[in-house]
Amino acid sequence: MMELLGIPPQVLFGQLLLGLINGSFYALLSLGLAVIFGMLNVINFAHGAQYMLGAFAAWMLLKFAGINYWLALVLAPVLVGLLGVVLEKLMLSRLYKLDHLYGLLLTFGLALIIEGMFRHWYGVSGQPYPIPQALAGGYNLGFMFLPTYRGWVVAVSLVVCFGTWFMIERTRLGAYLRAATENPVLVQAFGINVPVMITATYGFGVALAGLAGVLAAPIYQVNPLMGSHLIIVVFAVVVIGGMGSILGAVLTGFMLGILEGFTKVFYPEASNIVIFVVMAVVLLIKPAGLFGREK
Amino acid sequence: MATHSHSEALRAGTPPQARQGSPALKWAALAALLLVALAAPFQLYPVFLAKALCFALFACAFNLLIGYVGLLSFGHAAFFGSAAYVTAHAVKVWGLTPELGILLGVAVAALFGLAFGYLAIRRQGIYFAMVTLALSQMVFFLALQLPFTGGEDGIQAVPRGHLFGLVDLGDNLTMYYFVLAVFLAGFLLIYRTIHSPFGQVLKAIRENEPRAVSLGYKVEQYKLAAFVMSAALAGLAGGTKAIVFQLASLTDITWQMSGEVVLMTLLGGLGTIFGPVVGAFLVVTLQNYLAGTQLPVTVVTGVIFVVCVLLFRRGIVGEIGALLKGRG
Repeated sequence: MMELLGIPPQVLFGQLLLGLINGSFYALLSLGLAVIFGMLNVINFAHGAQYMLGAFAAWMLLKFAGINYWLALVLAPVLVGLLGVVLEKLMLSRLYKLDHLYGLLLTFGLALIIEGMFRHWYGVSGQPYPIPQALAGGYNLGFMFLPTYRGWVVAVSLVVCFGTWFMIERTRLGAYLRAATENPVLVQAFGINVPVMITATYGFGVALAGLAGVLAAPIYQVNPLMGSHLIIVVFAVVVIGGMGSILGAVLTGFMLGILEGFTKVFYPEASNIVIFVVMAVVLLIKPAGLFGREK
Repeated sequence: MATHSHSEALRAGTPPQARQGSPALKWAALAALLLVALAAPFQLYPVFLAKALCFALFACAFNLLIGYVGLLSFGHAAFFGSAAYVTAHAVKVWGLTPELGILLGVAVAALFGLAFGYLAIRRQGIYFAMVTLALSQMVFFLALQLPFTGGEDGIQAVPRGHLFGLVDLGDNLTMYYFVLAVFLAGFLLIYRTIHSPFGQVLKAIRENEPRAVSLGYKVEQYKLAAFVMSAALAGLAGGTKAIVFQLASLTDITWQMSGEVVLMTLLGGLGTIFGPVVGAFLVVTLQNYLAGTQLPVTVVTGVIFVVCVLLFRRGIVGEIGALLKGRG
């Protein structure tokens, strides 16, 4: 069979697909971080833990209540998002007057608590979560085999990312949000309840992480540490993309996932650090990030 | 607005300058502390104390950045851990004496510090934290994959060797006094730095960076110098720890370790001289205690983190300092 650059196409496209799927998660998570950062000026260190919570919520709903994947896809993000609302009301809201660093430190502590509890209960071994019946199997595309579930993840991620972008950039609600990030006092004066909007935004961003967790559950094992590995990479994605734009977060996420997949084919040893190398190069050339605005 | 709130919040964590109390009283207190440090290994297990001192030095090095330049580095484990690996390798495989091994570790940590600092100071605030964190994760993967680091096992059974080829560090008591000497040297260096003209410029940058720029200071160079110094001292702590425990492992280099040193400093008091030391001793003691119980260490650590951030941001030493200032 034909080979591209000495690599069998099955391998190449297989890794590219894996890269695209990783990219879907990078995009969803950095999108959530960007949404939260835009409104709250907080880097949500607990994002990885909340992603893990989403996966565990789906697993628990199935195991203890027999709730299937499709319902969990809605329920789990709502539950995780509600937890986010509580955390924002009880804790984060006390820190807005202070240095942004305290938000980072608080959410770091929360991440330790959440992950520590789950590791205490479930150890580090993963819990299997079955692929739903309707999405089992796959298609032979001729040049490669596409498992249906993986295609589904990429599709959902694209739809959610585009939907969020549309909501923030093209609707009235989004306009209020963007206005409130620029000048909360003025927006408040127009009779819009900014504190509620802030709380809802945090809940929404956290729910996005939870959704990513549910999507990840059938692919990776549901594992207490699944978020802590991912969060650092997502931070690098955020630095590369720059926090200025929603679209930037999404595009950078997908791009870097694919780049990582390519590296896995041609130089596997470097695949773990390629994103960090890109980050270093971007910082040298464009410190504000590819899509970022210099503040 | 960002710069303003930044300096204000960090100032809340700054203690009153050490002007209260007479100099004689201060020296007497320091002499008493030194005596306690010298006598402590006869009461407590020397290896435990040596460990606490290593982490205290690590936290002091970290505090030099956050407390006096206002830079939150979330990647200091990279310097601590890489120095531990280099020292362990140099002593075990190349047969260097411990002091040379540690110096080599410090040199490597300083080089990493130069490279990372150069990249990281291009961004400020939380971005700075994220960049340092991501870069340190790169070092973590190197430690996991490079041939000499022993992968998941790390470098074990490192010989403690003879200091200057003469003094046997195999004895725990001797080892402790060596670590105490290293700690004091590092601590005094930081103390002198903070109270030097260089340190004054650092504080000026923390308080109001644009003003420092307009005064003609090359802010980037000052920040980079402070970063390299902090990295080198973190390396000193890491290399020494590798000798004490005869081990360099992945634990030393994870981002959780970077978080731990943040916690130690925060708990003791950001920007205070003794805060990081107090914080390090508390955290190490707590971890030792928790290891014997059913309570998961990370959860307790996380709870302390959250409580510190929400309720007493000045830390223990900072709160005491504020109390003293309030009365005086």
